[in-house]
Amino acid sequence: MVVETGFSSPRTDAFPAGLRVLVVDDDPTWLKILEKMLKKCCYEVTTCCLAREALNLLRQRKDGYDIVISDVNMPDMDGFKLLEHVGLEMDLPVIMMSVDGETRRVMKGVQHGACDYLLKPIRMKELRNIWQHVFRKKIHEVRDIESLEGIESIHMTRSGSELFDDEHFLGGEDTTSGRKRKDVDNKRDDKDLGDPSSTKKARVVWTVDLHQKFVKAVNQIGYDKVGPKKILDLMNVPWLTRENVASHLQKYRLYLSRLQKEGDIKTSFMGMKHSDPSSKDSTAGSGLHNSMDLTQDNVSNGSFSFSVNHTLAPSVDLKGHEGDRKGITSGPMTELKGPFSIDITDPRKVKSSKISLDHSLGSVDPNFASFGSTDTRRYSWNEIPEIRFKQEYEPLELENGFSQLPLPVLQHHMLTEYPQPAASVSPGPSITEKEATGSGFEVKPMYDEYRSNHVKHSNLGESHSVNNQVFKPISATTSSMTSQETIPNHLTESEFSPKNMYEGVGIEDLQLCWLQGDYYAMNFGVQGLDCTEYNHPAIISETPFHLYDAPKFEHEHPFDPTDQGLFA
Amino acid sequence: MERNPLRRQLQIMRKSLFDQGYLDEQFVQLEELQDDSNPNFVEEVVTLYYRDSARLILNLEQALERKPYNFNKLDAYMHQFKGSSSSIGAKKVKAESTLFREYCKSGNGEGCMRCFQQLKKEYATLRKKLEAYFQLARQAGPMETACRPK
Repeated sequence: MVVETGFSSPRTDAFPAGLRVLVVDDDPTWLKILEKMLKKCCYEVTTCCLAREALNLLRQRKDGYDIVISDVNMPDMDGFKLLEHVGLEMDLPVIMMSVDGETRRVMKGVQHGACDYLLKPIRMKELRNIWQHVFRKKIHEVRDIESLEGIESIHMTRSGSELFDDEHFLGGEDTTSGRKRKDVDNKRDDKDLGDPSSTKKARVVWTVDLHQKFVKAVNQIGYDKVGPKKILDLMNVPWLTRENVASHLQKYRLYLSRLQKEGDIKTSFMGMKHSDPSSKDSTAGSGLHNSMDLTQDNVSNGSFSFSVNHTLAPSVDLKGHEGDRKGITSGPMTELKGPFSIDITDPRKVKSSKISLDHSLGSVDPNFASFGSTDTRRYSWNEIPEIRFKQEYEPLELENGFSQLPLPVLQHHMLTEYPQPAASVSPGPSITEKEATGSGFEVKPMYDEYRSNHVKHSNLGESHSVNNQVFKPISATTSSMTSQETIPNHLTESEFSPKNMYEGVGIEDLQLCWLQGDYYAMNFGVQGLDCTEYNHPAIISETPFHLYDAPKFEHEHPFDPTDQGLFA
Repeated sequence: MERNPLRRQLQIMRKSLFDQGYLDEQFVQLEELQDDSNPNFVEEVVTLYYRDSARLILNLEQALERKPYNFNKLDAYMHQFKGSSSSIGAKKVKAESTLFREYCKSGNGEGCMRCFQQLKKEYATLRKKLEAYFQLARQAGPMETACRPK
């Protein structure tokens, strides 16, 4: 499907005119009609017939869209999954569509975070009002809203919006304490954020590291007993607010529950899900192995990834999907606990998570390596003291089992060097080669590849094949690449995310999600690895501060560059 | 009342399509979307629909050839088809789709097959009618400026 881009400056004074809408529907007839309808509403429309492609677009331009409208039934990815992804990664309002108006379905949509559910055939008047969802979200944001010329008034309502924060993000627990805390937090946030009306979005970017802390805290408390306050306390991140944690927890729960469902079949893996971080290194490895056998991506991956994530630096979310261009991986790496010595000679070269992989998984890399790292990211964070890119490129050692696991998390996109990888590795566009995108599914390829070994390809039947092919070249190329030269491992988690996340790697997906955002944050140290944002090779030298909507803290960066161990 | 005989004929044809239940309100929505920048929008959409839905019909046919029926799959295909048909306001076709899905849910293979045959008929009939309609519209259009010999 032809994607018509409408990237123009966000919101103009004529809001809601100029609203940037991304429409995702596999039905070309509907796509055409909706496009026309939205244009008549004076909105800027971008159409997409594949969910993966949509995710790529969204990742490429984090601030490129205001709202997403998606069909529920799509061939490459369940609309609800897409919904979750978008919610986790981009936090944009999503409207679901379907010809099926069954209450159950509608309820599911709302549960997954849809801000509205439209029934087909859709009338134009229904589309005219979608801007309200965008507006509503803005005024409910905890942090400052991006300054929109037409929304100056929102600042005035900010104080009022604070009241909404709690309701908005509350995960159900700690209502009262949360409220109290909220006020405190808000105040703190305001201070931290400095000028509230700054033009930048003060959104928390859940970096790999941050998410790792989060997960760790959750595990420590015990998933059943978690509450935003408890988690926040454990995490000990001064600039983080209860609301941040609450909303993140909400999403996390959703993520897990989805994994749970998928994992019902693979109960064995489920156990891994909440494995303690302690199991990190060794367990991770073993865990992975276990999961490997199970292979079935979803469950095992999900659970696995989860545990792995804890231990390993889940945050590897190298968003690089877009950019994959290299460099991204390096960022997160530094974050890892271990003394990684990621030599990022070239920021572009993404040091895929290899680091982590080596460690945790032992030889997990093979698969990961090739793609860049998805795997590595996952594991490596904590464990791998150093990044061994070379290993990454090792031809699939793990293959089976492992490959799947780590994949979801970080997907390093191989830089252009690997033509194939791009396709498979990154979800799509991010990879330099957009070949993958052509196929329609990006991320999956990596996983499929691995999975295919013993796992059935959950999603993309075809994609798997694609991946396989892709994979091969990568391995080959990677080896050559291993040298310092360039490790085009882009952690394009984003790319993988769609697939990974849902395939079974629930947690990993989350990781990916976080990573994506976080990656940018992390990259600061590393330098512009944020491939995801830009398609061009990582901007190594410049830390993409602006890339993520991290809260603006005057005193410190959320990502703590020092932690990152910037490769630089 | 339309002076131009062709235009009048077109109006009558259009009205009967609605009266006879071939088309519903959605079709009007499409007509309203048509404008100077997209003067043949409706026809384009209908063409696109028939082109894309042919694939879905084929899927259904193939699925119905495999016994025993995989009702889940059939239902999924029909769900897709129904969604597509709703886009142009194909009322009768949509009704048959709904019925088909009911049969799927109750595991009535016989009903599915019968229903599908009927659906294909409606689908083909509508296509013919719309083709005639658009052809007439094209003829009637230019007629407004030119003089038609009586």
